[in-house]
Amino acid sequence: MTGSRTSFLKGRSTRAAAGFTGAAVALFAVAPLALSDFRLGLLAKYLCTAMVAVGICLAWGRGGLLTLGQGVFFGLGGYAMAMHLKIVDAGPGTIPDFMQLYGTATELPWWWRPFANPVFALAATVLLPMAVAAVLGSFIFRRRVKGAYFAILSQALAAAFAIWLVGQQATTGGTNGLTDIQGFFGYDLDDPVNQRMVYFVIAAALLLLIALARQLIHSRYGELLVAVRDSEERVRFLGYNPANVKLVAYVVAAGMAGLAGALFVPAVGIISPALIGIVPSIELVIGAAVGGRASLAGAVLGAIAVAWAKTALSEEFPAAWTYFQGLLFIVALAFLPGGLASLVGIARRRRASRVSADTAPVLPVGEAA
Amino acid sequence: MTVIFGQTFTGISIGAVLLLIALGLSLTFGQMNVINMAHGEFIMAGAYTTYVLQKSISSAGLSLLVALPVAFLVSGALGALLEWLLIRRLYLRPLDTLLVTWGVSLMLQQLARDIFGAPNVQTRAPELLTGNITVIGGDDPLTFANSRLFILGLAIAAVVALSLTLRLTPLGRRIRAVVQNRDLAEVSGISTGRVDRTAFFIGSGLAGVAGVALTLVGPIGPTMGTNVIIDAFLVIVVGGIGQLKGSVIVAFVLGVLQSVLEYSTTVSVAKVLVLVAIVAFLQWRPQGLYTLRTRSLV
Repeated sequence: MTGSRTSFLKGRSTRAAAGFTGAAVALFAVAPLALSDFRLGLLAKYLCTAMVAVGICLAWGRGGLLTLGQGVFFGLGGYAMAMHLKIVDAGPGTIPDFMQLYGTATELPWWWRPFANPVFALAATVLLPMAVAAVLGSFIFRRRVKGAYFAILSQALAAAFAIWLVGQQATTGGTNGLTDIQGFFGYDLDDPVNQRMVYFVIAAALLLLIALARQLIHSRYGELLVAVRDSEERVRFLGYNPANVKLVAYVVAAGMAGLAGALFVPAVGIISPALIGIVPSIELVIGAAVGGRASLAGAVLGAIAVAWAKTALSEEFPAAWTYFQGLLFIVALAFLPGGLASLVGIARRRRASRVSADTAPVLPVGEAA
Repeated sequence: MTVIFGQTFTGISIGAVLLLIALGLSLTFGQMNVINMAHGEFIMAGAYTTYVLQKSISSAGLSLLVALPVAFLVSGALGALLEWLLIRRLYLRPLDTLLVTWGVSLMLQQLARDIFGAPNVQTRAPELLTGNITVIGGDDPLTFANSRLFILGLAIAAVVALSLTLRLTPLGRRIRAVVQNRDLAEVSGISTGRVDRTAFFIGSGLAGVAGVALTLVGPIGPTMGTNVIIDAFLVIVVGGIGQLKGSVIVAFVLGVLQSVLEYSTTVSVAKVLVLVAIVAFLQWRPQGLYTLRTRSLV
């Protein structure tokens, strides 16, 4: 039994290494050669979505925490980055263009000032979302608010944050958000060469996050996280505090979303409330759900595929896209809860059971309760 | 002084709208423990029903009266259909129902856009409901909008009707039995599937009624449901799932809180503060204001 288990694990890690190498080759060699600058820019955007999906895979797929507010963390990272870039674009002593436009302000608001420092701004893109998630999560998980309650609260957070941003027009750019970002740490973003550089940074960050998430998932902590998802009470009786286990997943997912938001800004040149409210926050979840929430590869590929389908369909047929998106939700969740990734497992099991009567281990797809 | 009364009344009328929306949601949430994101679109269906009826019935007052029962039936039928097609398959997977019904809501919104067009439409309010009632006259008058009073009355009527149904009728008894202990109800000979569908019909029908009420206070559009649904969900979370009493109290408290905070700060800051207040409240009562007593460990 022990023997078969180790070989099973070994097979799994070889496959993962092969998959990881394949992804790296595709991202760093195939895509830049095969795609035009425009397409590569789009891909950079999708990869940011995929970075959020890595966090969602961890929090929701593994931990059962359906967070419908990842847009908040994406937005915190995005705004932190955009604020710094806007300040640099404006140059020393002047304030960003939109503030002059709306403006009563003649100098930077106090809470903008620290973002003039590049080190502070970069750290904030990840640490700020993590801090917000830590505070909110500790309140929510400590009192065992869970399941649907948690989902609704996280969604309300996304709504409140977007409304707040719109309301503070003079300092946040309101509905328009922070637009027209031209430079990225001294590089002109209009230059296609620099856009390619941004793409490579994003691709590298995505691979890094995938590796990190994989380490977490296959660690002792990862086992504990799944245990909390499947039976929180048992984990508590074993002497662990489930609240802390959930908190770590939530905070890590928030940090990943923050980094994704920060890198989205130079790739697209804008961050606005429309990108981070309720609707985009749910859209971030659907990619992971379609691909397979519990599988890293599934979540990442699903997120990229859905983001790509959105661009491909919504420009030509906006109405058709909405119907298609609705159908995706319904089919993926009602009829294929493990996502497309579970089809691989189903096929493999079917083949295995045909080979030998001794059936392969059945890995149940996690039901988020 | 009149400012305080005025803000309180505004808050109460916000609360009445919230309550109308949350009532149906609470019933469907409490019944099957599913989260119906398409509830907002059932509200929209009720609102568009009013709009369509007004095209054929010239009298605004009569069309409003006809719209109330018709909207109840239209939205109720939509709800029962949704339950039959999808929700009963997702039983015991509440988080998945949330996302599946969100998909349904996207499609319904697009359907409304294709049928009625993307821009908002407006209905005419009956003359009786367009004016104000002056409560305190003089230099600093306090007036209540008739339409808001009508909505308040409607919300109270809906609460009374629903609680009487739940308390006094055999159907209500069956619904309460299923909410309290589904398995025991099933072995006692209650057809839980049928009770589920009926509860869904009533809950969704109430969303339609809420939609009729909303035509009196704002424009009708494909996304009108999304704007209100989150607040209604918060009412249920804070009030306690499936608890009528909790929903009633919390709807009014949140309405007044929102209104007072909006007056002293801004609309957007008020939203954030209300959310903070809710999270703080859940520290004290994580399962909401009222809860069903159970022996479960949570």
